Amino acid sequence: MERRNGGGGGFCSFPLLFAVAASFVVAVLARVLYVLYHTGRPLRSKKGVRPLRTLIILGSGGHTAEMLNLLAVLDKDKFNPRFYISAITDSMSLQKAEVYEESIAPQNTGTGDEMNPAHFMKIYRSREVGQSYITSVGTTIVAIIHALWLTFKIRPQVVICNGPGTCIPLCVCSFLLKVVGIRWSSIFYVESIARVKKLSLSGFLLYHLRMADQLFVQWPYLKTKHPRALYVGRLM
Amino acid sequence: MGEDQKGKRLKRIVFVTVGTTSFDALVRAMDTQAVREELRRRGYTDLLIQMGRGSYIPSKFSGEDGLVAVDYFTFSPTIADYLLSAELVISHAGSGSIFETLRLGKPLVVVVNEDLMDNHQSELADELAARKHLFCSRPQSLGQALRTMDLEALVPYSPGDARPVATHINKFLGFQAD
Repeated sequence: MERRNGGGGGFCSFPLLFAVAASFVVAVLARVLYVLYHTGRPLRSKKGVRPLRTLIILGSGGHTAEMLNLLAVLDKDKFNPRFYISAITDSMSLQKAEVYEESIAPQNTGTGDEMNPAHFMKIYRSREVGQSYITSVGTTIVAIIHALWLTFKIRPQVVICNGPGTCIPLCVCSFLLKVVGIRWSSIFYVESIARVKKLSLSGFLLYHLRMADQLFVQWPYLKTKHPRALYVGRLM
Repeated sequence: MGEDQKGKRLKRIVFVTVGTTSFDALVRAMDTQAVREELRRRGYTDLLIQMGRGSYIPSKFSGEDGLVAVDYFTFSPTIADYLLSAELVISHAGSGSIFETLRLGKPLVVVVNEDLMDNHQSELADELAARKHLFCSRPQSLGQALRTMDLEALVPYSPGDARPVATHINKFLGFQAD
């Protein structure tokens, strides 16, 4: 008796539930479209006077070298504080970033950790070099959860990345923070100089999902294949 | 590597680097008679191999009897000093070592690792080889590449400039252009 009633009640409220769910989906979609519409459109200039919390995603070897070349010409007072994230298996890149930050730090650094302009973190990797695409599904899920936690903690206003697989979960999460309305960020992606004829998986995804505000390529041929990309020379 | 003490002969060093992982096919190719002989013929005296996590151990030579002296190590925090002391660099196709070498103006032979799953690495090496900034080879054809390469034909690489990218980013965020 009770079971039947319960079942009947569920059936009765189904249209209501459906309506709630549907309007929720529509609202989310509208918000996603709104965010996508504003992606790639320059920020209003008065907002840009204050320094911006910057997330810098490091990759191994060549990626880090390229990133450091770009950082060298960015104004550290504007991109401040800076949060560096590298893959958990890659201590070299984080070390290089630390060395770089030490080299630009004023001599008498205060003891207050809160004022520190540079922070260094590690993230689980979605895919190791040489790992098969099938097992990468599981590791990607772990990486996404970790990325959610880190992006929520950092709440970046600027995301700068240049190609390692780790940047996809972090960019997706930054995008989600925009959709939810927690923090608006601008995502800049510089395709690795190693990519001459074909975008990397990260570049491909960010380009086609239109998640990057600006996507730079370092070879003119890639620009001809991807007209929304920017080509303004090489970093290396 | 303890080689610096015996500075009695003029050294002409070939430095081989496999990067942060391993590249046994390259180390094995360096261990072949053809490659060693070719290096000797070209007047190189020392071969130093950064072999990474590889399992193939090259045979060492002390450099007597006019043979090329061979030494190896696994990793070093920076390879800058090795690149600087080398007269020829043979490298894996990673962009890090490629540009570090080109910036120092050292002649470079890039050996593409064909065992990598996502083999985009040859793109960069092929492009830079087409522009005559380096020579590009595969492990099995390294001996021939060393035999036929003409170091005089190399064109110096002019480094890129990150400032245009920075300008775009600044403009987008509403920062004043400097």
